Amino acid sequence: MRTPLPRDHFATPLQETPLHARLAAVTRPDGWYGWNGFQAPRVCRDEEAEYFAIRNAASLFDVSPIIKYRVAGGEAAAYLDRLLVSHVAPLPAGHVQYTAWCDDEGKLLEDGLLFRLGGDEFLLFTQERHLNWLSDSAIGFDVAVAEVSDEIAGLALQGPTSFAVLEAAGLGHLADLPPMRLRAVDVAGVGAATVSRTGYTGDLGYEFFLPPAGAPALWDLLMAAGALHGITPIGAAALDLARLEAGYVQSGSDFVPAEHAVRADRRRSPFEAGLGFLVALDKPMHFTGKRALVEERRRGGGHVLVGLEIDGNVPAEHALVYHRGKTEVGHVTAAAWSPTTKRNIALASLKRPYGDTVTGDLWVDIYAVRELEYARAMVRARVVPRPFFDPPRRTATPPGRW
Amino acid sequence: MRSSDVLVVGGGHNGLALAALLAKAGRKTILVEAGETVGGAAQTVEFAPGFRVSHVAHLCHHLHPEIVRRLELERHGLAFAAVGVPTTALAAEGRHLTLGGAYGERLEGEVAEAERAAWAALRAKLLKYAGVLKPFLAEIPPRLKHGGPASLMTLGKLGLSIRRLGRDDMREFLRMLLMNVADVLDEELSDDRLKGLLAFDAVLGTNLGPRSPNSLMTLYYRLAGEAGSVPGAIALPKGGMGGVVAALANAARAAGVQILTGAPVERILVEGDRAVGVALASGEEIRAPMVASAANPVTTLMSLLGPQHLDAGMVRRLTHVRSKGTVAKLHLALDGPPPFAGVPPAALAGRLVVAPSVGAVERAFDAAKYGGLAEAPMLEILVPSLSDPSLAPAGKHVMSVSAIYAPYGYKEGWETGRDLLRDRVLAVLESHAPGIGARVTAVEVLTPTDIEARYRMPGGHWHHGELAIDQMLMLRPVHGLAQYATPIEGLYLAGAGSHPGGNVSGAPALNAARKILGRKGA
Repeated sequence: MRTPLPRDHFATPLQETPLHARLAAVTRPDGWYGWNGFQAPRVCRDEEAEYFAIRNAASLFDVSPIIKYRVAGGEAAAYLDRLLVSHVAPLPAGHVQYTAWCDDEGKLLEDGLLFRLGGDEFLLFTQERHLNWLSDSAIGFDVAVAEVSDEIAGLALQGPTSFAVLEAAGLGHLADLPPMRLRAVDVAGVGAATVSRTGYTGDLGYEFFLPPAGAPALWDLLMAAGALHGITPIGAAALDLARLEAGYVQSGSDFVPAEHAVRADRRRSPFEAGLGFLVALDKPMHFTGKRALVEERRRGGGHVLVGLEIDGNVPAEHALVYHRGKTEVGHVTAAAWSPTTKRNIALASLKRPYGDTVTGDLWVDIYAVRELEYARAMVRARVVPRPFFDPPRRTATPPGRW
Repeated sequence: MRSSDVLVVGGGHNGLALAALLAKAGRKTILVEAGETVGGAAQTVEFAPGFRVSHVAHLCHHLHPEIVRRLELERHGLAFAAVGVPTTALAAEGRHLTLGGAYGERLEGEVAEAERAAWAALRAKLLKYAGVLKPFLAEIPPRLKHGGPASLMTLGKLGLSIRRLGRDDMREFLRMLLMNVADVLDEELSDDRLKGLLAFDAVLGTNLGPRSPNSLMTLYYRLAGEAGSVPGAIALPKGGMGGVVAALANAARAAGVQILTGAPVERILVEGDRAVGVALASGEEIRAPMVASAANPVTTLMSLLGPQHLDAGMVRRLTHVRSKGTVAKLHLALDGPPPFAGVPPAALAGRLVVAPSVGAVERAFDAAKYGGLAEAPMLEILVPSLSDPSLAPAGKHVMSVSAIYAPYGYKEGWETGRDLLRDRVLAVLESHAPGIGARVTAVEVLTPTDIEARYRMPGGHWHHGELAIDQMLMLRPVHGLAQYATPIEGLYLAGAGSHPGGNVSGAPALNAARKILGRKGA
């Protein structure tokens, strides 16, 4: 007799988020990709329309696959101060901090968002799983670190009309919530949720975190409330363009997490990856990688991440960067034509001193496939400040009712 | 408040040697020892009225000659009751085999001619290859990255000394380097007594069996030692190992070291990422711009310093240091000489080993692998009172036995295991010395757990961390700490947990002192 085997695993190779039914209804069949083991839309209907929803109306994005850790205990803040490059102790409850952490050699392991829920309780959101490192970092601290990714669903509402959507959904009392703050709310028909004024778009926006069971109701509520405010479900592709305009770096593309890097010289310190502003070398306590980072500050790092503005309108994806059109000095990590700023923009990792003290006479070598042939162009690039796009509405409190 | 130039934590032989070396170099030095007496596991202890014995370490074959010379230990009382004592492999029916001179220059006993020749060749080879590594006992391990000229010199010297072996020997040296001792012995010898003895010597004090990877390396380590300037030789210090400690303590005091005993360190004080002294359990703080710990490196960094001062990766490495002791120590008070059958007096005053074959040693290890106690323990037996009558009342004797394998974390627990271990060791002794049980008037059993508690040696491990290739040289105790300095400015390591490792050698202290004194502003 044939014994049935669990042979159907291939049928559902990726997990479904709590919002899968909602996503499936709005995502075209070829729009999916895998994100942290979940089916997620890269494109729902149309990438451009979704991008313009972020910049001109409101967008809804399922961030449930983000990895989430709960850090709690009497020494939670001390633990995080030893783990992270930023200074956690002064962060008040209800505040959110963008942060990063390093290995012993001061090379980036990951960036993430830290939510201080209370004096001794935090949530740390990251792109990838790091429980091993977080647990080993807990040795000697009175703290419990647990992955709670599956316990928390996430929904990002981003775009100029996002506050108008909130108001329509009965959450107008969030008007006084400033950027990088969080608040517990009770949403009628949904239940308890945490709202933070955070996002990955560089625009006005909010993120909801709540028990998975309530997520579909919240989706429905926001979609209904946003109907007249142009709310549009979006996929990761539109978000990626928005984040590039906002100058945000992405783990795995703008820097290689040190634990993933096979080649030691591919790792980057926060100073080398454009995240130097996060590093609190002056905080009183030791943190992992501090000595290496102090030394790097003294000596100067090997690389620098810069924003580039490039002539023409052909995205310089994966292009090499040259000085005087001859000397190879680095490469582009992310590039796009920015529809909002009408500029051809890129992030690039350059070898110092290029991009640092030598910023003139830089060129990018763009290869674009045009019907079975490469069109190649050596185009002038200028180092420009990041973010490429930073509208006042992002931080305006109370937010505008667009 | 007390203060000094250097504060040494831990008054074992390495701590004493380090303090003495630093004081002789003009540093005002204070040494703090947690125990009531200095010496750590190298003390002579009275375990029954009138019976004294080297409590853990009982053989001197690694005391570094430079320590003896620079600290003038002989002037400070170092003396040996016997040097170059023989080793006898005890065998059934009195077919014992005695290795005379330095590690078997002569074989005494019934041995085939071919085997004598094979042994002479193997002995020469082992001593030659151990000799290649020997200079590195007294070198600061090189850093492969960011090493600088000194590291390059050390590596160069190693390369050169291997190259100087000549083509054939170099190839053979490199071929054998990471082998296990059982395979080497199978290649070269056929006599089980000899093979058992060498296998025993390779693994004693480690958590390795003869067939464990790189167990030949630990035999090299053993043979890189010397006594009376003779490589591979062993000696019995006068007054037991406490005699060596007394000489070290005398040298330290004479050099001006202030020794505080019964002064356990609560924590190392850190200000601005620099070690600035220690706080004692008594509450007293002693300030010093340099703190050198001869205590266990993991204890030093994880307990006395604290993980919050270290990078997480280093903490992770420190938590992975293997340090499970496997040696129990038994001390017997005998009301007469031990009745070993067929052992001549000269051999009886030396070292007796019960390790009948490689297989027997491996079988004893098998039990330990799974947390059990060896059915038939392998033994190293000394009767030090034969050469140093001061250790026992007139006409009586003291026997000191190292027994393997008695694993740290014995699965049945040592409360009951202690008696079982004693009975099994006595049964083995009885089979070689019929009637010995009736002469025993007192027994002391030290399990690895006892050794850990009493001498602050994690896991009760002789070497303060397993002696295996992944925990040697620049990986000892872990990479990033192998050059005696720590990431904390002013905090140094100087104990057996650092290169080259354990045994009463003083070599870690020698190297640490060089590191400390070599620093500007020291």
